[in-house]
Amino acid sequence: MLKRTPLFEAHQKLGGKLIEFGGWEMPVQYTSILDEHQAVRTAAGLFDISHMGEVVVSGPQAEAFLNQTLTNDVRELAAGRGQYTLMCNERGGVIDDLYIFRLMRTEFLLIINASRTDRDVEWMTQRLASGPYASDVKVTNASDRFGAVAVQGPRVKEFINGCIVGSSAGPTEVDQASDLQKNELGLFNFNRMVIYVARTGYTGEDGFEIFAPLQIVAIWNKLLEVGRPFGLKPCGLGARDTLRTEMCYPLYGQELDEQTTPIEAGLGFFVALDKGDFVGRAVLAEQKEKGVSKKCVAFKMTDKSAPPRPHYGIWSTGADAKHIGEVVSGTQSPSLGVGIGMGYVPPQFAKPGTAMEIEIRGKRAPAVVVQKPLYRKPTKG
Amino acid sequence: MTNIPFDLKYAKSHEWVRVSGDTATVGITDHAQHELTDVVFVELPAVGRQVKAGEACAVVESVKTASDIYSPVSGQIVEVNQAAVDNPALVNTEPYGGGWFFKIQLSNLVELNNLLSPESYKAQIGQ
Repeated sequence: MLKRTPLFEAHQKLGGKLIEFGGWEMPVQYTSILDEHQAVRTAAGLFDISHMGEVVVSGPQAEAFLNQTLTNDVRELAAGRGQYTLMCNERGGVIDDLYIFRLMRTEFLLIINASRTDRDVEWMTQRLASGPYASDVKVTNASDRFGAVAVQGPRVKEFINGCIVGSSAGPTEVDQASDLQKNELGLFNFNRMVIYVARTGYTGEDGFEIFAPLQIVAIWNKLLEVGRPFGLKPCGLGARDTLRTEMCYPLYGQELDEQTTPIEAGLGFFVALDKGDFVGRAVLAEQKEKGVSKKCVAFKMTDKSAPPRPHYGIWSTGADAKHIGEVVSGTQSPSLGVGIGMGYVPPQFAKPGTAMEIEIRGKRAPAVVVQKPLYRKPTKG
Repeated sequence: MTNIPFDLKYAKSHEWVRVSGDTATVGITDHAQHELTDVVFVELPAVGRQVKAGEACAVVESVKTASDIYSPVSGQIVEVNQAAVDNPALVNTEPYGGGWFFKIQLSNLVELNNLLSPESYKAQIGQ
């Protein structure tokens, strides 16, 4: 039985087309992926992200425990700040990628992937039980308590205060939601209930993610009401995927899995090797020093061709062309109008400008390795 | 409400067939294009190719997925719609018109009896 978010009826009412994703029944689109994608790039889009997991880690040793469990350095986080980070196994393989916010000195909120919730909670609970902090840290799976939405796009800041009214009640103190800076989180009142609002997202556009224990349907409806005049559209997972692929943000299960390390995935920026020991550190430090055998590259199709798809083969070019890897994410880029993707190849083929070929239904179509991200916002003149 | 023209025949796999003499024009239904969503790429068979009824002979790609298109009838491909290759969105906007896929010279007219009537197709998609 697939799980449904509190917004399930709202999706039905809006004509959303529902699919299975990570054990959840979620809207893939309402009208058209292209339209929804475009709305986020030029105006605003509203996503149900209630399927994502929420875990609260608290206690006097929460910081120490998390810093040994995650790759980034949580000590850098002041209360009300968030960072992207990864959770690795002993081999450096990625158990999950996530966002962590410090709510208080001794309390953290982790936003994790829907499909990884059980694995993450089990991993953390086990580590906690077998480590020195068992009596000083509590790991609470709060996923069933939270609904969540993401409202994303360049015009969101013009209407967000019409939904989230008034000033925050810490930990980031702002007069209005639109004053939150990137990666900052504040507690706000909505219908007299406390909700979490963070200036974060997964689209490459400005925007907010809102986590709320009870009011998510009312927040969704209010955002649609105040955002519509600014071009806000409800958006499904289809547009969420094309938007993140254009930005080269990894998706767990595609770019990341337990056999792949953050260094191989090109996420070394989020691995704080200098912070002291943490799970997977030895492998990651060695890879950083000695190099890796596969690297995640972004590529673009150079001729008119069918869009690349996950599991298509990647080939080198020339007389001695050989199979060098596999596509992990691929789609038609709505912003660029060409096929784009990411895939793993040996490092000698990872340099931007390297020609490669993607095997599409038995035929090879030319592509080129490009710098990440695949999409950059046009600079305004 | 999906559009199911009364003068066409249909395949279970969501293609439509317009018969004129011994030639059939094939495309995908309004329901199919709606389910596929934004079509971004169309791959058509080579003119001259012999196909059998039920054989995958074209591919239509939306943003999300690639889907095979099956020939509802047997025969030889005599013409393909280059306009749909150049502008795949035609498959969404004019599924029964400018978005057609290929024309096929029928080798076995009796096969047409195996196709669905508009009423049967309508029932199949639960409309």
